[in-house]
Amino acid sequence: MQKLSIEQLDLIANEIREDIITMLEHAGSGHSAGPLGLADIFTALYFDVVKHDPKNPDWEDRDILLLSNGHCVPVRYAAMAKAGYFPKKELMTLRKLGSRLQGHPERLRLPGLESTSGPLGSGLSQACGVALALRIDNQPHRWVYVVMGDGELDEGNVWEAAMLAGKEKLHNVIAIIDRNNIQIDGPTESVMPLENLKDKWEAFGWHVIEINGNDIEAVIDACNMGHAIQEKPVMIIAHTIPGKGVDFMENDFHWHGNPPNHEQAIKAINELRTLGGKIRSEHE
Amino acid sequence: MSDVHVVDVTAELEKEPIRKGFGRGLLEAGKRDENVVAACADLTDSTQMSLFKAEFPARFVEIGVAEQNLVTVGSGLSAMGKIPFVSSYAAFSPGRNWEQIRTTICLNDRPVKIVGSHAGLYTGADGATHQMLEDIALMRVLPNMVVIAPCDSIEAEKATLAMAKDKRPNYLRLAREATPIITTAETPFEIGKALVFAKGADITLIATGTMTYHALKAAEELYKDGIEAEVIHVATIKPLDAETILKSVRKTGAVVTAEEGQAAGGLGGAIAELVAEHCPVPIKRIGMKDEFGESGTPDELLEKFGLDSKHIRLAAHAVVDLKK
Repeated sequence: MQKLSIEQLDLIANEIREDIITMLEHAGSGHSAGPLGLADIFTALYFDVVKHDPKNPDWEDRDILLLSNGHCVPVRYAAMAKAGYFPKKELMTLRKLGSRLQGHPERLRLPGLESTSGPLGSGLSQACGVALALRIDNQPHRWVYVVMGDGELDEGNVWEAAMLAGKEKLHNVIAIIDRNNIQIDGPTESVMPLENLKDKWEAFGWHVIEINGNDIEAVIDACNMGHAIQEKPVMIIAHTIPGKGVDFMENDFHWHGNPPNHEQAIKAINELRTLGGKIRSEHE
Repeated sequence: MSDVHVVDVTAELEKEPIRKGFGRGLLEAGKRDENVVAACADLTDSTQMSLFKAEFPARFVEIGVAEQNLVTVGSGLSAMGKIPFVSSYAAFSPGRNWEQIRTTICLNDRPVKIVGSHAGLYTGADGATHQMLEDIALMRVLPNMVVIAPCDSIEAEKATLAMAKDKRPNYLRLAREATPIITTAETPFEIGKALVFAKGADITLIATGTMTYHALKAAEELYKDGIEAEVIHVATIKPLDAETILKSVRKTGAVVTAEEGQAAGGLGGAIAELVAEHCPVPIKRIGMKDEFGESGTPDELLEKFGLDSKHIRLAAHAVVDLKK
């Protein structure tokens, strides 16, 4: 796969954000803030970091990418469509009867999803299972990436997996926490404080990297660094802005679980197409 | 007489815990297929996974006391083509981790093999917290899940080998204390197939797990009372062998079910649903009646909660009377 420049990747991330807005408006329900905040991470993963083949989703030498916080799946669908897993127009079937694009991802319906998720806290455990299988099969060149939300760290299941990965030194696991500080009932630190998050993961035996999760180059660099870490699983705490790219959604937890209406979608897309005047979109 | 090979339950029978058969079966499954792996939640000896662990240490994972992690790690192993057997006590798995089983195994269609030991009153002295009585009901309602409760250690061994080849998620129910061995190496086993262990024309006794022995004993006693009972052993509670069961029920016109767990939602629930829809006849369900167990020996508990052969016999008489 030919490497794309950071500028090209930024444009892809912007396109993915537009698709998220359009999909959610069309669906009439779904989560806005998380997927927008994750657009840069999913662009980095699908268009640089993860070894995969959209034409052969079950390619036996691929890396495994798990989405633990399944409610953020619109960003994955948009990235998959852009990567060529399915036609882009299928994005408009999100959450509709008979669609392969279920409100929360179902592996059996759409090739390339790797797992079924929605109920929180189980992705990291599945990543541990994948890494254990890779170890048994002696496949050290393959990686398992798992994207998690910060709110889902309230789940005990996460910390059971954290202990196991630390104990077994599952260095093929590269986990990314979308640290956007919001969950449904409000800011994470008022719902159930997570800090000091870095110390917590280090105490469980993880190598922790903290980055700006809305900086595609930083995401790629952190994953590459993760590949070099032996003897420890890697946790990337990616600080992101929920609703990133759409001014009236940014940092507002009310957008966690709501879609834009038609007027809001137009406003959001206009803003994305100029990205606050900072870059010019190919759609202009 | 039955078509299948079952021992005479009126004789003195050799006893062995059903979980021992699982341990032997898992070891053998591991030898036959290198993709068979195992994980346990700090109960490796109790669940008899220790045999497998000793032979294949690199294919065994100690999860610690973390049952949610146990089954979700199993889902991940399965995603990579492994055939994971994951074990704990039934009260904890599937007792504690039902949602993870639902989402990451059943909806995700990963053929993880969930093994719940210490199910039912045969857990004995440990008391109500550890006597899992709701596992059949919990697992039976999950789409894609296969539910198996062997009647003895020999059948448990065969069931384990069959599970290793089955492409669906499976739940295997095991008991702690030694129970009579009523089948032999020659007795057939097939997932989804119920077996007629004794033939009769007056009533159908349908039992699962450890209760099949007690149903056979009740049938002997009923014979002396002038009632010929057909005994069907339902090792696979889901998918239910409707053909075998309905064939018998249409012949006898009366049913008693017997299980060592909550009758509501369990085998009793499953049979009542089947019979009500296809062949409504008088039916009584022997099982726990919306209540918890307590400490005691298995024999004491079976008698106290009305699950022994004496109670099956009384229920059979009552149902036969209803036919008239």
